[in-house]
Amino acid sequence: MCSTCGCAEGARAVIVNPEGAKATSAHDAPHAPDHHHDATRAYEHSHPHPHLEEQHRTIRLEQDILAKNNRLAEGNRGWFAGRNIFAVNLMSAPGAGKTTLLERTIRDLGSELTISVIEGDQETPRDAERIRAAGARAVQINTGTGCHLDADMLSRALRALEPAPRSVVMIENVGNLVCPALFDLGESARVVIMSVTEGEDKPLKYPHMFRAADAMVLSKADLLPYLEFDHARCVEYARRVNPRLELFTLSAVRGTGLDAWYEWLRRRGAS
Amino acid sequence: MHELAITQSVVDQISERLGGARVTRVALEVGRLCGVVCDSVRFCFDVCTQGTALGGARLEIIQIDGRARCRDCGASFAVDDLLTLCRCGSADLELLAGQELKIREVEIANV
Ligand SMILES: Nc1nc2c(ncn2[C@@H]2O[C@H](COP(=O)(O)OP(=O)(O)OP(=O)(O)O)[C@@H](O)[C@H]2O)c(=O)[nH]1
Ligand SMILES: [Mg+2]
Ligand SMILES: [Zn+2]
Repeated sequence: MCSTCGCAEGARAVIVNPEGAKATSAHDAPHAPDHHHDATRAYEHSHPHPHLEEQHRTIRLEQDILAKNNRLAEGNRGWFAGRNIFAVNLMSAPGAGKTTLLERTIRDLGSELTISVIEGDQETPRDAERIRAAGARAVQINTGTGCHLDADMLSRALRALEPAPRSVVMIENVGNLVCPALFDLGESARVVIMSVTEGEDKPLKYPHMFRAADAMVLSKADLLPYLEFDHARCVEYARRVNPRLELFTLSAVRGTGLDAWYEWLRRRGAS
Repeated sequence: MHELAITQSVVDQISERLGGARVTRVALEVGRLCGVVCDSVRFCFDVCTQGTALGGARLEIIQIDGRARCRDCGASFAVDDLLTLCRCGSADLELLAGQELKIREVEIANV
C-alpha cells in the first residue's frame, strides 16, 4: 500500500487512453494539484480514564472515513464547473445497457453536443472501443479487483481524456448496484439504469443506489411484451425510495422513449 | 465489496495521522443506514491491518440509529431502513442520522 496517497497496490486502477495507446497506473502519473495530503495534525490529548491501563492513550479523531474521496470529488466538481462541463455518473447492475445507451446517445446527439466518455470496468478496453466506434472520444479505467470508481481514478482519467469546455462527460461506472452509491466522483448528476428484465422491485432491494440517484432510466423497454413486468409498480417502488427521481423508460435498441432522455441531457447540459 | 476500500481508508488515515505509533484499539461510528456491512468491515480490518501499526488492534463499531424528518409534514422519527414512510404517507424524508461513517477515536500504546 502506498504510504503517500493510500492507494492500495492490489487494487490499483489502470487507465487506458486508446488515443495515446498508453496505460498509466496509479503512480506513473503525477498527482493532480488537488491530490494533496491532509497536513492537519491529530488532535491529541490524554484521557486519564480509570478503566484504561496506564500505558494506553486515547486519541479523539472524529474523522470522516470518506473524507479523502470527498475532498478529491470536490476537486473534480470544481474542475467541471470551471470548464462548464456537465458530468453524468451512470450506474447499474452489469449488463443493464449502459454502453448501448451511450452508443445510441452519441449517434443521435453527436452533432449538437460534444460528448466524451470515461468507461469503468474491472477488465478489458472493450467498452471504450465501442464508444469510439460510435464516434466519441473515450478513456477506459480498468479497476482490476475494484468494484467501483472513486474520485481519484476519475481525476486521473480526466487528465487523460482532456474533455472540451462546455461539453458533456459520461462516466460509465463499474456494473454494480451497491458500491458505487457510496463514492462521490464530483459528478453533476447521477443516473441509475435498470433494465426491465431485472424485476420491478430492484429499487426496494438496492435502496441506497436509487436514493443517491437524480434520474433513473428503465432500459430495454422493447422487451416489455415478453415479460411479466409491472411498470406502474416499478415506478411506485422507485418513487417510494426517492420521490425526487426523474424517470425515463426507453429502448436504446428500438429507439423508443429517447426524446425525454435527450431533453433532460440538453437541459441539464446547458445549465 | 466497498467495505474493503472503506476499511483500507480507515487504516490509511490512522497511519497518516499517527505515524508509526502502535494502535491498540480503533472505534468507528457506522450509521445503520449508510450501506456498510459491519461484519464485512470486521473481516477486512483483520486483513488490512496485518503487518501495519494497527496489527492486532481491537475494532469497536458503534452503530448509530437512523432518524429522519419528513419534508412534507415536518415530523421527525426513528427509521430502521431506507424504505420507511412517514406516518403521513410521505416518502420524502431528510435523513438526520444513520449515515455516519467516521473514525471516532483510537487508542495507542504509550512508549
Ligand atoms: N432488447 C434490448 N437489449 C438491449 C438494450 N440495450 C442493451 N441491450 C443488450 O443488453 C446487453 C448488455 O448491454 P450493454 O450496453 O453492454 O450493458 P452494460 O450495462 O454496458 O454492461 P456492463 O458494462 O458489462 O455492465 C447487450 O447484449 C445489449 O445488446 C435494449 O434497449 N433492448
Ligand atoms: Mg458497459
Ligand atoms: Zn410526514
